[in-house]
Amino acid sequence: MLFEYIAIATLIVLAVIVALIAIGLGELFGPKKKMEEKSMPYESGMTPYGPGTRRMPVRFYLIAVLFILFDIEVVFFLPWAIVFRQLGLFGLIEMAVFIAILLVGYIYAWKKGALEWE
Amino acid sequence: MVPEIYYLVLSAILFTMGALGVLARRNALIIFMSVELMLNAANLAFVSFANTYQQLNGQIIVFFVIAVAAAEVAVGLALIVAIFKSKHSIDVDQMSSLKG
Amino acid sequence: MTLSDFNTLLPLIVLTVWACALLIVDLFIPKGRKGWTALLAVFGLALTLDLTLAQLGDSGAGFSGMITLDGFSTFVNALLLVSAMLAIGLAYGYVKRMGLERGEFYSLILFSVTGMMLMAQAADLVIVFLALELLSIPLYVLAAFARPKVDSEEAGLKYFLLGAFAAGFVVYGIALVYGATGATALSAIVSAVAARTANLTLLIVGAALILVGFGFKVAAVPFHMWTPDVYQGAPTAVTAFMAAGAKIAGFAALLRVFSLAFPSLAADLTPILWALSALTMVVGNLLAISQTNIKRLLAYSSIAHAGYILMAFVPFGSQEVQSVSVAAGLFYLVAYALTNFGSWGVVIALEQKEGRGLEISDYAGLGRKYPALAAAMTIFMLSLTGIPPTLGLVGKFYLFRAVMAGGFTGLAIIGVLTSLVSAYYYLRVVVTMYMREGEPEALREPWLNFTWGLTAIATVVFSFVPSGLFDWASQAVLKLF
Repeated sequence: MLFEYIAIATLIVLAVIVALIAIGLGELFGPKKKMEEKSMPYESGMTPYGPGTRRMPVRFYLIAVLFILFDIEVVFFLPWAIVFRQLGLFGLIEMAVFIAILLVGYIYAWKKGALEWE
Repeated sequence: MVPEIYYLVLSAILFTMGALGVLARRNALIIFMSVELMLNAANLAFVSFANTYQQLNGQIIVFFVIAVAAAEVAVGLALIVAIFKSKHSIDVDQMSSLKG
Repeated sequence: MTLSDFNTLLPLIVLTVWACALLIVDLFIPKGRKGWTALLAVFGLALTLDLTLAQLGDSGAGFSGMITLDGFSTFVNALLLVSAMLAIGLAYGYVKRMGLERGEFYSLILFSVTGMMLMAQAADLVIVFLALELLSIPLYVLAAFARPKVDSEEAGLKYFLLGAFAAGFVVYGIALVYGATGATALSAIVSAVAARTANLTLLIVGAALILVGFGFKVAAVPFHMWTPDVYQGAPTAVTAFMAAGAKIAGFAALLRVFSLAFPSLAADLTPILWALSALTMVVGNLLAISQTNIKRLLAYSSIAHAGYILMAFVPFGSQEVQSVSVAAGLFYLVAYALTNFGSWGVVIALEQKEGRGLEISDYAGLGRKYPALAAAMTIFMLSLTGIPPTLGLVGKFYLFRAVMAGGFTGLAIIGVLTSLVSAYYYLRVVVTMYMREGEPEALREPWLNFTWGLTAIATVVFSFVPSGLFDWASQAVLKLF
């Protein structure tokens, strides 16, 4: 029973050891220079300013909701694709109906301008 | 193998946490997250029972619950955003324009 | 999958296609001419009603036993379709006047009715859950339809949060029932219990969780807290639809699931249902007394009526009484739906913009200025109380008789006593209309007048010839396949 997990446990232990060795060697032999640039969040990028949590335009949110809706429906494609051959023509029609219903929502969102950015 | 009962206990704990969260928290978003926790506790129960009975039914049901939860998310978030736009708060205790 | 599968679900399929098509067609109907959308929606409902009535007497199972068609489902579906038509009749002028005229309104009502009808035909707990969500999600949107009015938005959010909470209970309950029996189909649950392979503890907990979830949906005490706020905040036409449709569908699902799948649990669940029913009648009626806003008054009244309908569940364990009590429950649902739409129709006629005209004091002088409207309101108030000559009395009579036949005389006495209490606040509205001086302002809209007029006449006429309707309800038996 627990025997099956030994391989994973060994992997975890090895990964931790390797990581520790790599960091440890770097600490031990690497040169250490302290300067201002080194302590900045992005050493070679723009200096960040303002609060970390900025307000996003609501448009992002609308896109996100549409994404959730159409994305989740894909869960039904996966089992369908696996047994597609056994289901035959019936499966194809069934999925066509499903997609047609999704399409109704898509056309609605489109005509309402939910997909327009400006 | 981990015994089935562990999954069931975990799902019961998650469900209780979700239900208590709905009752105790006042932020509409967190209440909603607690509801999602309850649904996912049920999902966990479904898959572990499906494993016990060696059936696929339980797993298929989970697909439906996930899809329905997504539809709920879309409507719920839209409502929360609408409330936030007009009141600048989503604290359910501040919803006093309807006196209880 | 055969043709007979589709026959069991034909009205529902037609309505679904119609609702989807309406959503698209509406995009091409110019603003200000949304009357066409309403007309098309009613036409779709009428077509579906025709197909439903053509199924009278048919019975059968479809889609691998997930869908049932029996007398019960046909009766409930017909009632739901008529309710939706009445709701559109109430809403047509109202949404125009309140500036809410968007075409989605009618599509959402159609989608919600689809969910309700699916609920009445569900023979599998998964379908019950899907139907529950299909009927609820459009209602959340409809409750918040008067956006950006804060009241309406808050009503939508409250309804949504509590509804999702309730759905969580239902899903977990279904998961436990599945765990107890290894099945979600009602017939398979029964055979698992009969074969003694079911885990009874898990089954009882699961059934109780499902009961809690539906308790929220039908607004039974102690799960009723959301009802007054949501009913008050939502647009009045939506409230009318919500109060009738969601209750009918919720009770239909409860009746089917508990009578068919869980009769073995009757010994454990009957006391719980008894207490739930008694508590709902007492609390609903007592809290209604102190209300001054007509929408809140009717909300508490709808809670109280959920208690009366719950009475029909109490004898669900015994086979002989069950058929009578199911028929009584269905009859009461018809009486409640008619009266409900009528009374909300009168409320809509008096409602002005910005929520004015909704206090009971605004009804003063109605009897002198608008005699027909006041007479209709009097009929509805009498029917809700259960005073002749109205359908409400007949409904209560059948209900109390069924409960007494089941041996629950105590519950029937509580029912009679709480009805007496309710007379106080219902008749107060009548007294205000006829005895107080005032200058009420009511609107005359043809469809609205037609709706409250029709329901008022039906409430009185059916009370004199109730046997035909009751016979139909008696034939509406539940069948397990």
